[in-house]
Amino acid sequence: MDQMFVNIKAALVGLSDKVFPDWVGVLVSIAVSIVAIALLGPLIMMYLTLIERKVVARMQNRIGPNRVGKYGLLQPLADGVKMLIKEDIVPRNADKVLHLLAPILIVAPALLVFAVLPFGRNMTAVDLNVGILFFAAISSIGTIGIFMAAWGSNNKFSVLGGMRSVAQMISYEIPMVMSVVPVLLAVGSLSTNAIVEAQADWHWFVFTPWGFLGCVIFFLCGVAECNRSPFDLAEAESEIIAGFHTEYSGMKFALFYMAEFMSAFTISGMTTTLFLGGWQGPLLPSWLWFFLKTYGLIFIMLWFRATLPRLRVDQLMALAWKFLLPLSLVNIVATCIWHFLSDEAFFTPAAFLVPLALLVFSYWGLMKLNQPYMPEKRVYPLVD
Amino acid sequence: MFFGLGILRGMNITLMNFIRSYTRKRGSGEIGALTTVQYPEERLPEKEKFRNFPFLIYDDKPEDLRCVACDICAQDCPPRCIYIVKETDEAGKPMKKPAVFDIDFTVCMNCGICEEVCPFDAIFMDHEFEIADSDRHDKLLYHRDDLLKTNEHFHKIRPNDGREVDTRLAEAKEAKAKKDEARKKAAEAKAAAKAKAEAEKATEAKEDKPPETEKESDPQ
Ligand code: SF4
Ligand code: SF4
Repeated sequence: MDQMFVNIKAALVGLSDKVFPDWVGVLVSIAVSIVAIALLGPLIMMYLTLIERKVVARMQNRIGPNRVGKYGLLQPLADGVKMLIKEDIVPRNADKVLHLLAPILIVAPALLVFAVLPFGRNMTAVDLNVGILFFAAISSIGTIGIFMAAWGSNNKFSVLGGMRSVAQMISYEIPMVMSVVPVLLAVGSLSTNAIVEAQADWHWFVFTPWGFLGCVIFFLCGVAECNRSPFDLAEAESEIIAGFHTEYSGMKFALFYMAEFMSAFTISGMTTTLFLGGWQGPLLPSWLWFFLKTYGLIFIMLWFRATLPRLRVDQLMALAWKFLLPLSLVNIVATCIWHFLSDEAFFTPAAFLVPLALLVFSYWGLMKLNQPYMPEKRVYPLVD
Repeated sequence: MFFGLGILRGMNITLMNFIRSYTRKRGSGEIGALTTVQYPEERLPEKEKFRNFPFLIYDDKPEDLRCVACDICAQDCPPRCIYIVKETDEAGKPMKKPAVFDIDFTVCMNCGICEEVCPFDAIFMDHEFEIADSDRHDKLLYHRDDLLKTNEHFHKIRPNDGREVDTRLAEAKEAKAKKDEARKKAAEAKAAAKAKAEAEKATEAKEDKPPETEKESDPQ
């Protein structure tokens, strides 16, 4: 069960090896991985839309889509058909090339990141030794796509959304990468596989003080990175219509949607990999553990969306620069302390408490420093 | 108290709603229970005061509908979606009956003014709302015969209003009958008085006749 998909792939490669020369086997192996990911990405996205609508509906005391198929299970297909048969409108004064390229440029990196996600034991499509670096680099390319879409549409709302998005992505990229550094320090490798393997035997990093904080920071920044609420300023409906994809319709619009959902998935998957032990877990097959944890995180994203109103631009920036960034820097120091105190063991009281104290203290300090100015409540002695 | 406490509280509320949407019974009205009504299969009970499109009422036979084609509703309808043509008899004299009574439901804004202004209680607002059609030019232009509905239907959808209107009509009928009678009596009295007066005049005339004849015969 655990190695089911790995065995299927091995069988396919073995089959081609019997008939064709060696190099065809290599090609088959590549093709199988590519096809699997190219199918998985859109499939995940399609059902994420359904899950999102269902979960948010339940949180708002509604039922959600339940007409197409049982429990609305075919709703994504209906949506897909709708998107495909919609008219594709390109504004007259738009930059046609940019307008066309932008959705592609947004989807491609979102799909590329799937390549380094360890879906299970031996189930990383490409075990890059710079996996995390690849992830950080590729996932920030989406920003260019968003700004291309905004600029190419020749619409002021789009440009506003695009500029917001760029400002937001650049700000959140920094604490995000900074919060990964502790993991890299602890593991000593950039490969996603090595990171997961380092968390065997319940040594999930989220159980350490720095790991927990890193997990929260990474996840929050990830939510901001893929423009999901409450950080969805780039497409704030009430202010700028739909932001950068105002001028998109039909399948191009669907591609933006797809990119958003796929990056929501990859961000959750990455958080799982880095902090929640990846596919490590007892009893159940490894890939099932990975998906369980990832969907748990996705549920939290949807939960955010159903709960929190959108942040203001200044609040968004303040959160990234004045709170998350310093905290993630302190986190690196805390990790170093942990590393030297723990002496190769995962849990020792000193190694646990000292970083914890440091982090709580800096959390408290940052909170005090970030306190917004509250004018004293006025008293009117003569009134009562 | 500390950063994020309010967020956690809010998230607790949404989570409780999420869980209760499964555990509590739909439509029970408890906090967190689903409020959705699955429309085509389930419906909320109709409220009597609900209104959307007007219909024409008739009492016994569709031919004697209450509307007298006075055109008041057509004049007062804000979007002017009522079109009335009076029926004419053979001689070309207009009758108190509409030959054409069209309401364009694509234009009607369900305001109910037609019902309010009609002095003959002939037009009322219906509860029928599932009139969607793919052809907005023909199918949603309702003609006189499509608009006709019985008084029973009116009583079924709006029992209180139906009773009220019926008593009002009955009273009006009674009053009219009384008035008619009174008028008849008055007319009779008048006729009698006239007859009497005439008779008197006649007798007077008889008495005055000689000079009159004289007068008449004067120029001769
Ligand atoms: S419905 Fe009423 S107001 Fe309208 S024409 Fe007929 S009698 Fe007159
Ligand atoms: S309900 Fe209002 S808009 Fe509709 S026909 Fe009557 S007066 Fe006109």
